[in-house]
Amino acid sequence: MLRRINSGSSDQKLGGLLAVAAGFSGLILLLIVVFLGKESWPLLAAGDWPALLGDSWYPLEGQFGLMPMLWASLAATVGAIVLATPLGLAGAIFEHFYAPTWLAKGFRLVMALLAGIPSVVYGLWGLTILVPLITQIQPPGTSLLAAMIVLALMILPTVALTSSATLAAVPRDLLAGAAALGMTRKGQILGVAIPAARAGIIGGVLLATARALGETMAILMVAGNVVQNPSGLFKPVRVLTANIALEMGYATGSHRAGLFASGLLLTLLVLVLAWLAARMIRRHSHG
Amino acid sequence: MRKILVHLLAMLCIVGVNTLWAADNRLVLTGSSTVAPLALEIGKRFEQQNPGVRVDVQTGGSTRGVNDVLMGLADIGMASRGLKAGETGLAVYTIAMDGICIIVNQQNPVSALTNTQIIDIYTGKIRNWQQLGGRDQAITVINKAEGRSTLELFLQYFSLKNSQVKPDVIIGDNEQGIKTVAGNAGAIGYVSIGTAEYAEQQAVAIKSLPMDGVSAKVSSVRDKRFPLIRPLNFLVKGQPSALAKRYIEFAQSAAVNNLIEAQYFVAPH
Repeated sequence: MLRRINSGSSDQKLGGLLAVAAGFSGLILLLIVVFLGKESWPLLAAGDWPALLGDSWYPLEGQFGLMPMLWASLAATVGAIVLATPLGLAGAIFEHFYAPTWLAKGFRLVMALLAGIPSVVYGLWGLTILVPLITQIQPPGTSLLAAMIVLALMILPTVALTSSATLAAVPRDLLAGAAALGMTRKGQILGVAIPAARAGIIGGVLLATARALGETMAILMVAGNVVQNPSGLFKPVRVLTANIALEMGYATGSHRAGLFASGLLLTLLVLVLAWLAARMIRRHSHG
Repeated sequence: MRKILVHLLAMLCIVGVNTLWAADNRLVLTGSSTVAPLALEIGKRFEQQNPGVRVDVQTGGSTRGVNDVLMGLADIGMASRGLKAGETGLAVYTIAMDGICIIVNQQNPVSALTNTQIIDIYTGKIRNWQQLGGRDQAITVINKAEGRSTLELFLQYFSLKNSQVKPDVIIGDNEQGIKTVAGNAGAIGYVSIGTAEYAEQQAVAIKSLPMDGVSAKVSSVRDKRFPLIRPLNFLVKGQPSALAKRYIEFAQSAAVNNLIEAQYFVAPH
């Protein structure tokens, strides 16, 4: 902890102001959760929890099962992370340890541009190019696999750029020391650079996970949106975000409450992930 | 500092007056995404003929159109269906007719389906085009998301419940349906006839199927021979304002017939 110095009156004022600003930011999260809870309350208060945890989503017929969409969100996200993490990390390592300067600059530029492409453009590409390709292997083409691939492309720049920034922050002394000990380039990367950058890399991956969980438009266009438990890569699924986007404009009454319950579930999922992330980073930075 | 404040105040006044001024000359329409493009085109022509008038069109589905106009959030609601039992207190003005048709991929050799066959496909009893005289190819069933008026009309016509339908893909709007069918040789879906006919003219790889022997063309909606048709309505709560009344009369006049045709809908009279 830093010791407080110069605690004059202007500092106290600034401190108070900053505390209000910080409190306000925290309050927003609380307000969102309260709002989601309030809007989905008609459904939650009905006490029909087995229905919410069921497998059928036919809101106009009174069936509000959210579980298939929860599993679909998790499956698509895990798949995207599994695809994007090795690629992004490999890109970052190549950029730092092997690429000539001009290529490293080019790589960073391409990744930054990739991060800036709107998600609906990824969705359009997925729907017109990727889905017909998958259809040739096994119809209907709009599937969990398509969702994973499109999501992986979208979070790849996040993983690559955060990994790259963390690798750049590894103290040069460490690498110089490793080189002086006669370690190979491979040994320096695997034995020194990556362990030193571990917390940052994991942080980047978790950031990407949150983005993947929240992504909507692109997934809506390629995942098929059928509410069922993900039972195979080629089966269509609906994720929680797509459920809200597809039906919110047209929903009233308990149907609307069901969609807010989807939002509440998604928010809780992200909060749990954030908590896990904080724990993991703390453990790794101590370890 | 004071000078800046005075300037700011003056600007605020101008903005405020503008808003007040605009309130009398502004029409807000919300509702069906099927009606919205037509309402927008009619609005543009209406604005040209009535300088200073602004017509603001927002989408969100027929049900939103009904709710918004009931709650006073919109001057006119747009719905691509008739009113439901619980929706009372609204005056209905039909501005055009639309039909829903079944579409398949252009490469599909099947050229007609009976109502029973369509029901069997959508309930998962028939899963391969071979059973219908087509190629040996799995059928990809495309359905619409809950709450869409196209889905309601489709289910109502075929006397189905949505939980009986076994879809492979669920889509939002018509355009997504066209793209999905065009990209999948075994797909079957349903969209509004206007959208389908336009896509066929743009050489998109889809074809519409006749229903009960009536070809799915704008012309067969016009003479009301096509079985699966729906009205496109404007909804008003109580007495419309003078401006809303003028707009609705304009939308029902022959002066907008070419706009209705350009959207592949059909003028009701």
